[in-house]
Amino acid sequence: MSKTGTDRVKRGMAEMQKGGVIMDVVNAEQAKIAEEAGAVAVMALERVPSDIRAAGGVARMADPTITEEVMNAVSIPVMAKARIGHIVEARVLEAMGVDYIDESEVLTPADDIYHINKRDFTVPFVCGCRDLGEAVRRIGEGASMLRTKGEPGTGNIVEAVRHMRQVQSQIRQIVGLSLDELMVFAKENGAPYELLLQIKNEGRLPVVNFAAGGIATPSDAALMMQLGADGVFVGSGIFKSDNPQKFARAIVEATTHYEDYKLIGELSKNLGTAMKGIEMSTLTPADRMQDRSR
Amino acid sequence: MTKIGILALQGAVREHAFSVETSGAEAVIVKRVEQLEDIDGLILPGGESTTMRRLIDRYDFLEPLKAFGQSGKPIFGTCAGLILLAKEIDGQDHAHLQLMDIKVARNAFGRQRDSFEADIHLNGIGEEFNAVFIRAPYILEVGNGVEILASYKDKIVAAQQDHYLTSAFHPELTDDHRLTEHFVKMVKDAKKELASS
Repeated sequence: MSKTGTDRVKRGMAEMQKGGVIMDVVNAEQAKIAEEAGAVAVMALERVPSDIRAAGGVARMADPTITEEVMNAVSIPVMAKARIGHIVEARVLEAMGVDYIDESEVLTPADDIYHINKRDFTVPFVCGCRDLGEAVRRIGEGASMLRTKGEPGTGNIVEAVRHMRQVQSQIRQIVGLSLDELMVFAKENGAPYELLLQIKNEGRLPVVNFAAGGIATPSDAALMMQLGADGVFVGSGIFKSDNPQKFARAIVEATTHYEDYKLIGELSKNLGTAMKGIEMSTLTPADRMQDRSR
Repeated sequence: MTKIGILALQGAVREHAFSVETSGAEAVIVKRVEQLEDIDGLILPGGESTTMRRLIDRYDFLEPLKAFGQSGKPIFGTCAGLILLAKEIDGQDHAHLQLMDIKVARNAFGRQRDSFEADIHLNGIGEEFNAVFIRAPYILEVGNGVEILASYKDKIVAAQQDHYLTSAFHPELTDDHRLTEHFVKMVKDAKKELASS
């Protein structure tokens, strides 16, 4: 008897992506550059996050033509974004055969209270988190992979660092808690107790956790790996740089060899200008994508 | 102690390392060519074969990996590792290490929504082995000297050729370590043989 869509199959898919870089692409040509550079997957989008920021208005699931074009162009897995809580966008992506759905705060949320019940789907989901409570709520809803949110489309690593540190620190914290203390942690962080207990016992999350939102250089990617990321998502950073091909390759290598500083130094030479980036204090509360979901 | 390396350019490295340690050998995370000298056997893990090949080329791993296999030291390739080991890849002009006389098809069971787990029979290793297939390849043809260890719905999903072992599924994702134990034994036997020759 064979079974599809099991936790093992959905989480296992993310395990195979570890140590890799998932790149945002908006067409077949970019997808091929990403694959050639060694990306483990591509995220098919209508616009990269920095362009979504610039355009304003409501950001929705990409035109399926773009996603299909990308799926036909590469043999690596293709991910695509659905709006938070938008069950139908997610079903459409599943029907198209997309390999992973990102229920993403980069798009404008369709539901400001509920996330999708991801256990209903055969296709696996990745979701964003800023702390352990948020991470565990998403796992509780059936997310098979996590990514720390960072602040997408800014080219500024500070929020990605904050979120990864927070998640890792809270994992270390609960490992040391007694069971009565764990129940209060569960209450205060709005996190399912049983999942926290599992994380406490194993000392790690039950799913893969990538870093995202602001990675703009090879050193940024290596930094996130050192802070405990299983891999990295690079959105605007690659195709908003001067030389995407070279940039993409350098970020892939820095992610693999994140402790080889001599190599990272070499990789960082003559890369051209990275994306310009945005200082956090210049963002209004409405500009902060990370706060669009809890 | 017998040392088994896991090629750690990308993919599910930690799970293999755990399975190797559970099966009574020391696991070594291999990121550099010179580390191949210190190990008795090597696992090519699951991941993305295109990514691994790109990094293999970038760090001049291709010839040393071939030489490692040709010296008689065992190699076990799972999923992407199976693709790396194959002599021929369906629909592609170029294969990778070409150490095993098999022809393989990539993503042959379909996209992620078609990924599945199923109980299979592993010849000479055991019954009811829970095999996890993720965007998995399968083997289309095998040459002389390749022993078929398992088939699923008439597709070949595990095989052995002398000191090369391969599976289209992921034994490292379950708690069933029988296939890794089989590989550890292959490595221990080869180590003895290489020491006495």
